[in-house]
Formats: sequence, C-alpha cells, structure tokens
Amino acid sequence: MATKALRLFLREDLQEEVIGDLKENFDYDLDVGSRFRARLNYWKQVFLYLRPFAIRKLKGTSNISTAMYKSYFRAAMQNMVKNKLHAFINILGLATGIAVAFVISLWIYDEVSYNRNFSHYERIGQAFQNITANGEVDTWNNVPWPLGNEIRQHYGTDFRYVAMVSHVYPHTMEVGSEKYSKAGLFCEPDFYPLFDVTLTKGTFPVKDPSAILLSESTAIGFFGDKDPIGQMINMDGQSFQVGGVYRDFPQRSRWADVFFIGQWSKFAIIAELEKMDDPWRPNAFEMYVMLADGVDFASASTRIKDARLKNLSAALAVKKPEIFLHAMPDWHLRAEFSGGKQTGGLIQYVWMFGIVGVFVLLMACINFMNLSTARSEKRAKEVGIRKAIGSYRSQLITQFFSESILTVFVSLALAIGMTYLLLPVFNALAEKDMRLPWGNPLIWVSVVGAGIVIGLLAGSYPALYLSSIRPVGALKGAFKAGRGASLPRKVLVVVQFGVSAVMIIGTTAVFLQIEHGRNRPLGYRVNGLVSVPGITKDVHDHYDVIRKDLIDNGAIVELTECIAPTVGSWGSSSRIDWNGKDPDLSIDFTVFEASYEYGKTLQWEVVQGRDFSRDFPSDSAAVILNEEAAKYLDKEHVVGETLRSRTIPFTVIGVVRDIVFAGPYDPVRPSLYFLNKDQLNFLTLRLNPQKPVAASLAAIEAAIKPHMKGEPFSYQFMDAEHARKFGNEQRVSTLASVFAGLAIFISCLGIFGLSSFVAEQRTKEIGMRKVLGANLSQLWILLSKDFVVLVIISCFLAVPLAYWILQSWLESYTYRVALPWWIFLTATAGTLVITMLTVSWHVIRVARVSPASTLKIE
Amino acid sequence: MIETRLGDFEETVMLIVGILGDAEAYAFRIAKAFEQRTGRSISIGAVHSTLDRLETKGFVRSSLKNATSERGDRKKRIFVITALGKRVLKESMEFKVQLWKEYPAFAGKLGLTE
Repeated sequence: MATKALRLFLREDLQEEVIGDLKENFDYDLDVGSRFRARLNYWKQVFLYLRPFAIRKLKGTSNISTAMYKSYFRAAMQNMVKNKLHAFINILGLATGIAVAFVISLWIYDEVSYNRNFSHYERIGQAFQNITANGEVDTWNNVPWPLGNEIRQHYGTDFRYVAMVSHVYPHTMEVGSEKYSKAGLFCEPDFYPLFDVTLTKGTFPVKDPSAILLSESTAIGFFGDKDPIGQMINMDGQSFQVGGVYRDFPQRSRWADVFFIGQWSKFAIIAELEKMDDPWRPNAFEMYVMLADGVDFASASTRIKDARLKNLSAALAVKKPEIFLHAMPDWHLRAEFSGGKQTGGLIQYVWMFGIVGVFVLLMACINFMNLSTARSEKRAKEVGIRKAIGSYRSQLITQFFSESILTVFVSLALAIGMTYLLLPVFNALAEKDMRLPWGNPLIWVSVVGAGIVIGLLAGSYPALYLSSIRPVGALKGAFKAGRGASLPRKVLVVVQFGVSAVMIIGTTAVFLQIEHGRNRPLGYRVNGLVSVPGITKDVHDHYDVIRKDLIDNGAIVELTECIAPTVGSWGSSSRIDWNGKDPDLSIDFTVFEASYEYGKTLQWEVVQGRDFSRDFPSDSAAVILNEEAAKYLDKEHVVGETLRSRTIPFTVIGVVRDIVFAGPYDPVRPSLYFLNKDQLNFLTLRLNPQKPVAASLAAIEAAIKPHMKGEPFSYQFMDAEHARKFGNEQRVSTLASVFAGLAIFISCLGIFGLSSFVAEQRTKEIGMRKVLGANLSQLWILLSKDFVVLVIISCFLAVPLAYWILQSWLESYTYRVALPWWIFLTATAGTLVITMLTVSWHVIRVARVSPASTLKIE
Repeated sequence: MIETRLGDFEETVMLIVGILGDAEAYAFRIAKAFEQRTGRSISIGAVHSTLDRLETKGFVRSSLKNATSERGDRKKRIFVITALGKRVLKESMEFKVQLWKEYPAFAGKLGLTE
C-alpha cells in the first residue's frame, strides 16, 4: 500500500533504488522492534520522500511556454469583456466582500494592539478587588493607598515593580499668567520603569517632592522654545518645578492622556494621606505591578488575595475584599466583571465583527464560485472544441484557474481602492484613526496568498470537472450538469441568505434596544438643563444674587448648587442605618447633596411627602429618598422615619420617583438626597424654554463669569451628556447596519447573477409555454419558485439562530427590550421581497420576449 | 569568508560516504550510519535528497550496482566521492582548522599549532 503511494509520486528512474532501500530499512526495523513500528516507520519514510528532487513532473505541463500563458490571459480577458454583466457582478461582489474583510481586520488589529507598545506588556498587572455585599460580588479597580507598601513588604518577591498611582483627571495648571487644564497623575517612582517612561530632557526626580515631569507636547505648549527644566508651575494651590520632559505616551495606550507626572510624595502631602484616621478604608487609588521572573498572574493573585482583608477592622472585613491582578493584555479587551468573574468586554465586539467579516467574505466567495460554476455549463462547448483541436487536460485546467485568479486579482485591486476610500468614513463611525498598512510586507504577502487561494477554490469546479468531459458529448450539446452540481449551489444560496437574515434581525434588535433606552423614563426633565462645573467660593457666596438676577431677566427658570451633575454620581455611602435594619444587609446608597432648589431645577416628581423648603429650618437634618431606597426601608410610610448616616440622624421628608443618573440600561440605584449649604462642585440651571438658548447662555455667562475669579468657565448640556452614554451601542448599531447592508447587497448580486443564468437557460422552455398560452404571472411564479423556496429554508434556519444570539447579547443589559415576534417576521418578509425583486428583473425581461424570436432555429 | 559551497549536513554525509566505501555507500546505509554516529534520527529521503544535490554539484557520482536478495532483488545506488569532492572536503577542513587556530581561547591547546 505504502509502496503504491510511493510509486504514485516518485520519479520513475529513482523507484528501484528507493524501494530497495526502504525494504532493507523495513527488515532492519523488524529485527529491532515490532511489526507495527516497522510499518509506521515505512510510511514515515515514504512521506518524507515528498521532496522536490524526488517527485515526478506532471505530464503535459512541461511544454507550456510563456506564449501559452499569454494566450490564457488573453482568453480570460476576452471572456470578461464578452460577459460584461457577469464579470461586473463577479468582481463587484467579491471586491465588496474583500473590502469589508479588510476594514474589519484593520479594526480588530487596532483593538488588539492596544497597550502593546509597553515593553513589559505581558508582565504588567493592575490590582483589582472583589467586594462582597449582600451575597453579591462587585469588582472595583480602586484600592486603598497603604496596599502598595503592604505588597512591597510582605509579597515583595513576587513583584519586580510596585507603583501606587492617583486617578488621571484634569488639573488647572498656572504657567506665569496663563491657565491650562491638563490631565495627569501622581505616582511612585516604580512607575517609570514599569511603563517605559523615557526622558528627553532633565532627570527623574529623586528627593524634591515638588519636582514634576511634563510630556513633550505639554512642555512645548507651555514654554515653546524655552528650556522647560526648572520652570515653575502652579497647580492645585501648590507650586511645582519642572524636573524633566518625557516622550508622550502612545495614542493607543492606557496613559494616552497623561500630560504630566507628579510624585506620590507630593500627592501624599496634598491629599493628606498620612492624616487619614482609617487609611485602609477609602478605595481611591490605583496600583500597578510588574511580576518578577517566573511568577504568573494566577499564583501572584492567590498569594496577595488577603493583603487588604488582614488589615481591616471587623466591621469592614464583612465585605471580604479579595485583591487580585488584572493583566495588561486584558485591560482593553476584557474589562467587564460580574459576580467577581471576568465576563468579557470589548472582546465580544471583536469576536462579533470578526465573525461578521468572515461571513461576508465567505458569502462573497460563495457567490463567486456559484456564478463561475453556473456559467461554466455554458462553456462546455468551448471545452469540447478546445479538446477536439488537441488541448491537453492540464492546459484546460491551467486556463480555467488563470481565469478565476485573474478575476480575483482585479477584485483585490478594486477592494484595496474601496478600502482606501471608505476608511475615513469608517474611522468617523468607529471613532478610530486607522490607516492602511501600505508598508507592511506581511500584509501584501497574505493578501496575494488569499487571492490565489480564493481563485483556486472558485475555479476548482470548472477547472477540474469541465476539463474532464468528453468532447463528443459536449459538442453535440448533450452536456448538462447533473443534479449533483446544483445541490451545493442550493446549499450555498441557503447559507448566504441565512447569514443575511441573521444580520437584518440583529441590526433591528440593536436598534430597538437603543430606542428602548432612549424612551426610558428618567424621573426628571433632562432637556434644558445646563451644568457649570468647578464653581468658586465667590460664586457660592453670590448664589442668591446670581439666582435672582437670572430668574428676573428670564434666562432661567431655576438653578441649584449641587455636588454632581445629574447624569452621574460622585459619592456613595454604606454607613446608612435605620431602626429595624437587617444587620446582615450591607448596601451602598448613592448620595447626592445640593441646595434647596435641586428638586425644582430637575423637576423631579415627589410621590410621597414633600420637597426641601426654606420654610422648614429643620430641613438641614432632612433626607429625601428615591423609590428604590424607600423599598429597602421596608415600611409602609417612610415619611417621618429616621435615617442615620454615620450615626447622625436625618428625618425622611419625602420620596421621589427614581432618577436615572447612571447608564441608560443600568438598574436604578437606591439614592439619598441631602441638603448642603456649603460650596459644592456644580451649578445646574434650568433654562427658560420661552427664551432662545443662545441668549440664555450669554446671560448665564455674564452673571457667573465675573465670580469665577479667573478659573475657566464652561458648561455642559445634560441632554447631550445623557446621549453620549448611548455611544457604544450607537456605534455598534451603525456599524452593524452598514455590514448587514453590504451582506444583503452581496447576496442580491449573487442571486441576480444566478437568476440571469437560470432565465437564459430556460429561454426556449419559456417560449414554448408562451406559445401554449402561459401568461406573465404564471411564468413569473414558475421561475421565482425555486429561489423563494431556498430563501424560506434559510429564514427557518436563521430565525432560531438569531434569537439565540440576541438573547445572550441582551442578557448583559439590566434594562432591556423584549424581542418582539414581528422583527423575525419582518426580516423574513424583507428577505423574501428583496429576493423576489431581484429575481423578477430577469424573469420579466425573459418572459416578455416574443416566443417567435426565441424559438427560431439558429 | 571562503565560499566552501558545502553545507554542514552535506559535509557530514560526504564524509560518511567516504568512510563506508565502495560497497556500502547507498542511502539506507548512510542514513543508518548517520543515526549511529550522531544519535539523531534522519529519514532516508532527506539523505537521498542531499546526495542528489551533492551529485548535481559534482562532489559525488553514483552508479546502480548489484542487486541482493535482502532488498527483493533490487539494485542499489552506490555513491563515490569525486576528485572535486575530495578537494572541497579538504578545503573545508583546512578553513575550519584555520579558524580554530585564530580562536584565542583554544589556540595551542588542541595540538593544532605546527
């Protein structure tokens, strides 16, 4: 058997000696080991003779000269020109598919290469903790500040570097008389080697805590051509001296918007870290580590698990904080946690679009193969003549392959052009900055390789099957592809339309979910609310004057001073207590603090009790609950109850309708509203709907700016901020609909091409039927029937698949839409209608031709 | 560096051809001898392709010789080193010896100094 295989490929002149050698080897093996081993080795030796020198040359191909290739090329071109429509459909469909696959690959590459610039990419981790409250596990990326020292002291052998880092947020920096807002961080010195901070000027700070590093771009922005080293900067009421300039962090990295790096020692002074009465309590800092050699994330995580727990008082230890490490390769792609387990994140979209890309490309290839196969039946005569004249079979094979490869390469060129033109549009949609990697030879090699593979696949049917037919039969016109040839084509059509239907259903569902989120009652009126951040003591002191002025001149209806904008929360507390509270219940209440007019400005709805009022001096010890919080008190009438926050008692005076301040799909959190007459962060204003917005804004700026005392004045529209929370879903929805559209386009091109051949093939039949009295609608049904059946089958397959995919996608949303049955029906109907329209174009054209012209003998 | 036109594996195979002599130097024996001397396993095909290459380069020549019953009365191709092959082998050896001499850590310790 193995010898036969060997004879099949081995050069004839070598056969005798080789088989002799192998026989000897086989006997030798028999002496040493078992028969089975000897046989196995024989096969292995045969296999290893598959070497260029030993393989026999294919018969017939040796005498092909360049002239032959030229002739193939010319024949291929002639064929394309002769069947313009067919060639156009083929090339356009394939090019669209390849372009989609290109763009998606670029996008995936972009997402996957995030943070990869860091040289210790594989070894860096961030400390996270799992907190258990009421049996539910929450994952936080913040840790208390003494954790860094704890890790260094007790677990130092596991880590090469350990750095505590403050949050990155914008600070106001004063340089001379200019003020800038720049984001940056404070960190411990291990941060520099950890994240490859490279200095272009100056030195890393050693002793002086007020030394600060600026990024190159910031240094140029601040000081221009002047030497930045030694310059003074005021920030957060402290003065800093520039000690060095570092190269800006890469755009696609965690620290892309870090424009200055201050020192932890200075941060400790500003934030009074040493004076905290319970430093292990507040989780407000980030910690980054690099593993020591030979240590992996899992084992290090297990060892440091209790690093925080063992330093906590019994009361806090209830939450069982478990420290673990989140590895850098997961930061961007797998950043979602639920129940203490990593559940994914962006990686899901990477997979989703990856699959979409593969399918679209697959569909384009399927089409291409389908059309080539369908058309090849018409070329049976050509093959017959070529054979009769004396073509070798191998020459015919080469000819068909070169034809399909030529088509593929024309499509590839077109696809690259399309990608080049579409990339800016896609960048805008996906909020990216991707470019075609012209310079990467690997890309070109893989593109050309893929082209050849697609060409070979698509050309395989005509090349291998048609070249084998007998010329006599073909020339007589008796050649017909059997049932066997049309079955795979039908399967391909079903797959194609199945994918299209899944995409239509998916796109509709994403769209519905977004609409569902948009229509969610927010509990207040978000339109016409404007927030001014970072207000000063002077604004606070003139609160009443500003309010009266703005209301009197009609710019606003009401305003309030508050701790957080209405579209976010800035604080929460678990030290809330009341009579009859279950001692095991541990719950974080979101806490809002504001002036008297908060409710009136937001226009919230009081469902029980009353709003804060200046008529009740006792309101400074009052609290308002949302409905969700009221549920926790588990009492029929919560108004009048007493709530203790950090043991200070507050009287509940009212309950308001739940306000959605977090993500539009997130559950409502139990919230408490307290009165606070101190200086707070924001001024939120309700614009007067009767007045033009621009005029109101001008009035507001005029009223507030003088009191900002040089701090930057800005404002945000709350409705715009709320809309931004839909960004992610919105992007997915837009992209998904673009891809679905393209997928449908490709499928239609395919079915368009196919139906044109079917119609052409049956021209005579249609003529006969017409003569015998068939009318247009009967013919239409006759010809569309086949396709309609296929599309219906594909929809039956697609609906359950789509339902299953969408259900698992929707499960990640707390506030989600129920999938209505009609979207499946609509998608099926839509696919059908599109098919009918596509098919009808040909059917009607063919059916209207006078039978006299089709039935005449050629 | 001098162009020896002789790869490391090729050189080893040629030397084994020389060692085995006129009667024994055919692909199976060479492969077995290689396995015995180096402890590495090698396929007969790999040896054969190397011999084929050496023959094109003119370093060895070959002829089909006496069939034996143990190989089912099939002839074997016996390889012999040509004069050119011998010269190339010698050049390669000398070149390496020269290199060893110039390598300071070993110079004089291997008995290579004249």
